[in-house]
Amino acid sequence: MIPAIFVFLYLAAVLYIGVFAFRKARGRKEAEDYFLASRSLGPFVFLFSLFGTNMTAFAILGSSGHAFSNGIVTFGLMASSSGLVIPLTIFFIGTRVWALGKKHGFMTPVQMFRDRWECSHIGTVIFVVQAVLLVPYIIIGIMGGGTTLNVISGGFVPYWFGGAIVALVVMGYVFFGGMRGTAWVNTFQTILFLLFGAIAIVVIGAGMGGFKSAANAMLSSPALAPLLTRERISPYYFFSYTFIPLSAIAFPHILIFCLTAEKMKHFKKTVIFYPLCILAIWLPCVFLGVMANRVTDIPEIRAKQEARRVLATQGKSMTPEARDELREESSGDEVIMLLLQHYAPLWLAGLLGAGIMAAVMASDSQILALSTMFTEDVFAFYGHKERFGESVQVHTGRLFIVLITIVAYVVALRAPETIFELAIQYAFSGFAALSPLLIGAIFWKGSTKWGALASTLWVATSVVAVAVFQQVVAAPAPGPPVVIWSLNGAEILSRTPGGTAVLGFMPVVPMVIVSVLLMLIVSLVTSKPRPQTIAKYF
Amino acid sequence: MKRVLLIIAVIALYALHQDYWFWRTAHPLVFGFVPIGLFYQACFSVAASLLMWALVKYAWPVHLEEEIEHRKSEEDATH
Repeated sequence: MIPAIFVFLYLAAVLYIGVFAFRKARGRKEAEDYFLASRSLGPFVFLFSLFGTNMTAFAILGSSGHAFSNGIVTFGLMASSSGLVIPLTIFFIGTRVWALGKKHGFMTPVQMFRDRWECSHIGTVIFVVQAVLLVPYIIIGIMGGGTTLNVISGGFVPYWFGGAIVALVVMGYVFFGGMRGTAWVNTFQTILFLLFGAIAIVVIGAGMGGFKSAANAMLSSPALAPLLTRERISPYYFFSYTFIPLSAIAFPHILIFCLTAEKMKHFKKTVIFYPLCILAIWLPCVFLGVMANRVTDIPEIRAKQEARRVLATQGKSMTPEARDELREESSGDEVIMLLLQHYAPLWLAGLLGAGIMAAVMASDSQILALSTMFTEDVFAFYGHKERFGESVQVHTGRLFIVLITIVAYVVALRAPETIFELAIQYAFSGFAALSPLLIGAIFWKGSTKWGALASTLWVATSVVAVAVFQQVVAAPAPGPPVVIWSLNGAEILSRTPGGTAVLGFMPVVPMVIVSVLLMLIVSLVTSKPRPQTIAKYF
Repeated sequence: MKRVLLIIAVIALYALHQDYWFWRTAHPLVFGFVPIGLFYQACFSVAASLLMWALVKYAWPVHLEEEIEHRKSEEDATH
């Protein structure tokens, strides 16, 4: 229960920060202040809040869980590739979007697209696709909050109550503090993340009796040694993952965050330190996740290893449902919490639990982004801002925050978590494949609204197609993939234990390539915006 | 020339992410417990940060910054 008290104190602190930000906001231009903190964030808050916005529950819980099952490859797949691609996109795209926002007053990506390509309803289509891809994050954040509070309190706080508390706290500080509150909370959370990794590795390392013996013991075990290499992962799969971080800049909440910097020079620190921040958080979590495989005195971790062993040896003869059940049992998302509970003193487990909570609660920016998009791209665009005024627009944004949180909470109580975990998997690919829209709008005079529409419809169709395919064709047992369609010996479409492969690559690769081609080809054969519109951008 | 070198550096670092040479081995264990593949990718992150520093130093889009500053001073003058 002591760790849970620390977590509650943490929740009270973030709520206070949000309300404090609300007080600071008085007397400024309403909508821009509430949704973009008056475009006034300084370099320190901008770096930490932008980074914190991009770090979800996956950064701590998911990374260690993935590493527990897949080994050191997790770091190269998800962390170091992001450490290169995300700051590059912030450098090339984020700075330009910031400048356009300052010049033309944009508050959302869709506003920019509508202006750049002289379109209205096509912008609405892009809004719908972005919103649908964003909603699962909010739901999974509430689910993660409920589960984490339940585990940290040793079952004392039930899942439904934990989820409700997290939903109320997030809704509270986003409602009152808007972008300023969210940015400050994210800054506070990022500092907690960064402390978390360093402290966790020292405490757990000491508890395990040092990592040298654990690493050597793993090397001498035929079942565990491959986790210290990447021999079980295909190089095509590894390469495919470098496309996923393209999603970061296409996420509306990240792009909207880029508009909050007071000066362009504030991007400099963010771009330079982003890879180091990722390193500081992911390296300890991945390493601890791998080392958890050597832990023999935590029954829950042993049960996970046993489930993994049974899945590997008998999985082929099982029904798809039984395989899914074993996959769930062997999943390592809570290994880091189990390690902390076992090796850290109670008060420290509480502090580190607050760090985990900070990661789980990253859905705040998505809620605020959806509210900004709704009020700007729908409410204001269809004339309601002119009719009712800016105050009503902000009130509508706040009402939207309450509604979306309630809906997300109700869905989180009723639906199985795995569905939304899958949805997030698709959402990353979807947003990565939407990135050509941004690149086309900013860097290519020849891009048109029809090219943008073709890319957007392709993204929507391909995300649905992959989801349906993975629902219809059950995941095979660990081992070689099931080939569904081959041509002259080439494996065109396969179902792998972890998802789908197209010519050996993850679906994100063809999704991005086709999206680029559609943007290019359709734009070339359709009419361009007026020269004076193009002149505003080039 | 500076621009060409930076483009080459970005492409080279992207290619270096695919470190096939450490694909099937954990040896040597750096500091006695970090597999070489993981250590390499950690060093890659540091290299990415250095590349970002070079981009900021030598390819910063100053024109965008100046345009906004110029606009702001014009607006301030009119008010």
